Amino acid sequence: MPAVADVVFRALADPTRRAIFEELTRQGEQTVHALTRYAGVSQPAVSKHLTVLKRAKLVRHRRAGRETHYRARPDALAPMVDWLRDYGTFWRDRFDQLEALLERMEP
Amino acid sequence: MSTAEGSNSAEGINTAESTRTLVVERVFRHPPEKLWRALTESPLLAQWMMNNDFEPVVGRKFQFRAEPAPNWNGVVDCEVLIVDPLQRLSYNWGVGGSESGLQWVVLWTLTPAEGGTHVRMEQSGFRPDQQAAYQGAKYGWQKFFGTLENVIGGLE
Repeated sequence: MPAVADVVFRALADPTRRAIFEELTRQGEQTVHALTRYAGVSQPAVSKHLTVLKRAKLVRHRRAGRETHYRARPDALAPMVDWLRDYGTFWRDRFDQLEALLERMEP
Repeated sequence: MSTAEGSNSAEGINTAESTRTLVVERVFRHPPEKLWRALTESPLLAQWMMNNDFEPVVGRKFQFRAEPAPNWNGVVDCEVLIVDPLQRLSYNWGVGGSESGLQWVVLWTLTPAEGGTHVRMEQSGFRPDQQAAYQGAKYGWQKFFGTLENVIGGLE
């Protein structure tokens, strides 16, 4: 799995992080407080999730006064989409090898 | 000699109703018995898939092992979910460890076809035999992929 896709997949493997990311793509920019209300987990937990999403470049943040605002970076999903396409290639290659094996096997 | 017609090959990523499943199918000019052997006998499986310690027993945990790649240790952690001789075979497909990694399910379906066997491989994000128990996970990923599709569509 390509390194970038791996980071994105891992970041989104967690349902809460996925929910936070989805909420940001739906609602646009949100404060940590708003996201905490939405996610239904503690604010430190949300902050931790946001850090993972940030590391995967799935969100960016800006500070305004005492609030930190987060927004989604949907273009960061591109490696994931590519990776899913690559899996199509993976299986097609395997099918070709399966076909070659069937030819070699006794009837 | 080629045994598969190009027109019989199909693949796609279905996004209907917010589900996302990778499907590859092909008709092979060989009987289901032979395909079943290729799918379930470990040494044969190794010849077209990857090295493995597979056994066709439900609940059996096994691994596929390939050359390590950057950021992937080359291991796929699997567990057999369905063994329905000559018809259906399914296993978990886990990449990157059980905690932070990704869990897929691979489902093979064999159907007798004229002069051979229709083989369908479906890779999806939930267990086909435990939909109720895994409704949460299923909903999560499939809904997400639906959303992803919209997001990507919106980029263009």
